[in-house]
Formats: sequence, C-alpha cells, structure tokens
Amino acid sequence: MAASEACVSGHLLPLASVLDSFRGAFDFMLHQRDSVTGGGVQVGGLSAVGHLAWTQLWVSALALGVSFAIALPAGLILGHRGKGEFLAVGLGNAARAIPELGVIAFLVAFVGVGLRNVTIALMILGIPPILTNTFVAIRQVDRGAVDAARGMGMRGAQIVARVELPLAAPTIMTGVRTAAINIVATATIASLVGVATLGKLILGQDTYGVDGVLAGAILVALLALMVELGLSAVQRLITPRGLRLQRSASRA
Amino acid sequence: MSSARPRNLVTLAAAGVLALGVAACGSSSDTTSSSSGAPSSADLIQSNSANGKIKLTVGSKNFTEQFVLGEIYAQALQAAGYDVKKQLNLGSETIALKALKDGQISGYPEYTSTALGSFFQVPAQKIPSDATQASDMAKADLEKEGLTSFAPTPFADANAVGTLTSTADKLGLQKISDLQGKSQDLTLAGSPQCSERIDCLAGLEKNYGLKFKKFTPVDIGLRYSVLDHGDADLSILFTSDAQLANSNKYTILEDDKGLIPSGNVIFITSQKVAQQAGPDFQSTIEKVQQNLTLPVIQELNSEVDIDKKAPADVAAHYLKSSGFIK
Repeated sequence: MAASEACVSGHLLPLASVLDSFRGAFDFMLHQRDSVTGGGVQVGGLSAVGHLAWTQLWVSALALGVSFAIALPAGLILGHRGKGEFLAVGLGNAARAIPELGVIAFLVAFVGVGLRNVTIALMILGIPPILTNTFVAIRQVDRGAVDAARGMGMRGAQIVARVELPLAAPTIMTGVRTAAINIVATATIASLVGVATLGKLILGQDTYGVDGVLAGAILVALLALMVELGLSAVQRLITPRGLRLQRSASRA
Repeated sequence: MSSARPRNLVTLAAAGVLALGVAACGSSSDTTSSSSGAPSSADLIQSNSANGKIKLTVGSKNFTEQFVLGEIYAQALQAAGYDVKKQLNLGSETIALKALKDGQISGYPEYTSTALGSFFQVPAQKIPSDATQASDMAKADLEKEGLTSFAPTPFADANAVGTLTSTADKLGLQKISDLQGKSQDLTLAGSPQCSERIDCLAGLEKNYGLKFKKFTPVDIGLRYSVLDHGDADLSILFTSDAQLANSNKYTILEDDKGLIPSGNVIFITSQKVAQQAGPDFQSTIEKVQQNLTLPVIQELNSEVDIDKKAPADVAAHYLKSSGFIK
C-alpha cells in the first residue's frame, strides 16, 4: 500500500525506493522469512509462493476451458446460421461490464465459497470475448469460399469444420487470448472465496509485508504475460497457411 | 487481532493498483459538519474558541468499527472547537502508524493488543489482559518513539474462533482445546492471511496442536455466511460483532490457552500534536469514549453492517444520544 502513502504525502515514490521494493519482492519469492505478525511463522519462499502461482494458473485454466467449451460451439452455431447477433455481440459486450467482485459475493448466496463459485465467476469473464469473436469471425469468413464449398457438395457441418472454422481460427484465438488474460489476472479474487491464489499475498500486507504484496502483483503480471505469449504462439500455429500468405501479401 | 480484519472485497481491486505503485488517491478528507450548541448538561462538549486555529486530522483503519470510532472522535473534536479533518480508511496499522509519524494524521484509534503485538513485537501471552496495564505498557513503548496515547475504551475486541451454536452443542465444544481429536474432520474459515498468522490458524496449529481438515480462505465480510451456508464448521469472528450480540445462533469458543490477545482501543497521537492541541484534545477523546462498552460498540457496528447506515450518522447519533453534542 505504498501508493497510498505516496498519495498522502503528495509525491510519487522515488526511483531508488521502487528498485529497492522490487529487490524485496524477489527476495520474498525466493526465500522464506518471518511473518510480519511474528510467532516464528514462516512466509514466502519458492515453494509457498510457487504453490499459490500454480493454483492461480490451474484455476484459470479450468475456467478458460469451461468457457471455451461453452462459447465456441455457441458462437459457431450462431455464426454459421447468421442469427443471434444480439445475443453473441450485444450480451457478450454487456457481460464484460459485470464487476467480478460483485459476482463472487453474489454467488456466495447460491453456491457458497469454493472452486465452483470461482469458476462460474471467471466464466463470466471468459465466455463473452470467445463468443463474440467466434460469431464475428464466422460471419466474416469469405462468402466466396463458403459458396465454393457448398458448390463442391459439402454439407453444413462439413462447411463449419473444414472451411469456416479454419478461416475463423485466428480471430477466435484473439478472443481466447483476451479471455485468458482477463481470467488469469482476475483469479486473484479467488482468495476471498475459498481458493488461495496470489491474491492472498496482494491482500496480506499486514502478514507478508510490502514485499509480499509486490511479489504477488509481479507474479500475476508475469503469469498474464506468459499466457499471452503462449497463446500467441498457438494462434500463429493454427492460422492456415493461405491466410498467412494473404496477410503478409496485404502488409507488403 | 484487528490487524487481521481490515480486508474487504473492495480492497482487492485497490490493492492491485496500489501494489504497482500507482498513486490513486482514494481516501477522501472532508470536514465534519459543525455543531456548536449552547451548553446545557455536564456531558455536553464545550466549544472552545481558542481551539479554532488548531488543525487536527483524525485517521482510522479501514473497517466498520474503525470508521465509527474515527467519526466519533472527529465529530467530538469538532464540537470542542477544533478545525477537524478526517483521513479515514488508511488500511492496516502499518500505514496508519506511518501516516501518524509523518504528520499526515494527528492520531487514530488502535487496539492495545495490535499496538503491542504489531508495533513492539510483544508475544500474545505477554500482553496483559487488564486494560489499564496493557494501555500503560503500550503508552510507555509509544513514548520512546515520540508518540503517546490516551486512556483505553471500556470495550475490548478480539478475534475469536466461532461456530454455529448447533455445531458446538453437537460436538460438545466450549473451548478451543475441545477441538482436539475433532479438528481433523472440521473446516476452518478465516482471512486469507490467517494460515500464516500466529494469532490465527498458525497459532491454533502450533499452540493448540490442532490440524484441520481444510482451511478455507475467505473475505472477512463472509465470516458469518460461511457458517450459515455450511461452507465451514468454524470461522474466525470478532468479539465486537453485532451478530454475537443479538442472538444465540453463534458460539465463541473460549481461548483457554490465551493465544489470541484481546485489546481495548487507545487513541494514539504524537507528543507534539498533543502538546499543540492543548488539554481539550485528550479530555474530549476520553470523554466521548466513556460510554463505549461492548454492547454499545456492537450496536454501533450493527447499525453500519446490518442496518447499512453511514458511519458518520451512526457516530453523530451516538454523540447526541449520549448528550455529548446537541
């Protein structure tokens, strides 16, 4: 909460103390130390912090997986039929405005605390970008290609699987990336409803000190970056060669 | 104790931003409404015009009881004629203490147990259970750092292990030691940091030798709903909670090994401010807190937490009904 101090005194943190904070944060990640509240309790260190980061990651992966499993088929069907634009785009955009903290608090009344609560809350973040992007991507597939496929005697399902989906894949992946980053960054709140993630460190200055708070924040940022880079690589891999050639041609 | 509690859902959103060092000014500083009436009873705070030139900033940490206390002190000092500003919602005691030492606030309410435990590393077992002794001990330590404190409030507050009364009856639980041999089948809910706090799960494991089936980290605001919904068998509660005052639904397990210190509130300020502000500063604060017994603070907390009233209004009502202001 160094910032609120800086705020009160009316100046930003000097660079030297920022660097010092980062050193402290990395030390917290690597080495155990006494809890601020004492009593010989150890906090921090690679295994404890690593465990929290790992939980953050798998909780996110689960939510992303479920979001994908729901949003992709829905987007494909709506996009292929050209119906439900309001649902796919309108509701998709509206859902992004829902505050996640409100959602988890609200869900406590219905599903209690725990993984189910967290997964549902994170799905609300994950589904909209995947659904919207899938719908738009399918709609934007070159009609000439679809007509050609139909002319070759392909049926609806074949057209989806062999023409529309591959051509739409890069745009769908953009949606998946957006969903993944939102989910990974937001999984911090799981710590408030029964699943200890890096949010525990971010919220726990009185126990972990400023170093612990910063360590948690840095790791969340690193995880989001890692996920972004990983999924960009996947996106490049699944982009059809034809599209890649087309894009580099249009860029040139 | 109190240091474990200032977490609410809103903090998280802020924490991410704050942790990255972005100066996002969240706390507001507004002036209390003036209330200078004609004196009529002995309790009524007299406005002293000499205090008008003295600027005071009352601080508080960021949870209900602290907001209420901060408002009570701020409005009372206002009534005594001081030029009062508020800097409530300062976060944990570490931040509040720093703000005080830097002169950004003139003082704030702190628990004797937190002051001794968190600022001066006094182990829980060595914190006196007597309010005056604990307060004197804290004051002596504070004075070594150029700070000082006033007399303690009548009420004391502590974290406590609580459960549904029905669960306590079923399992025969009265004190924390009764959990031995049973805890491995029970789930404990507490703040996310509870697992690494000696006055929380870490101490229950270490000092009581308890192992729980599961520890469920939850937002402080969910401490009762996890019990209500059966998400946890035991939960870390606060003895000043409104929910404990109004019904027998919940039972607090007695801390028979004295693991969790209880603390009365002392107003901490700096010696410099206390000197500049004159005698009305201390006398006003000690006067308005004299009615704050455990049932009273529970009621005030409940008006904010359960009836959803603004802390400023709850404080004003307390001051008026006690005859401190008109």
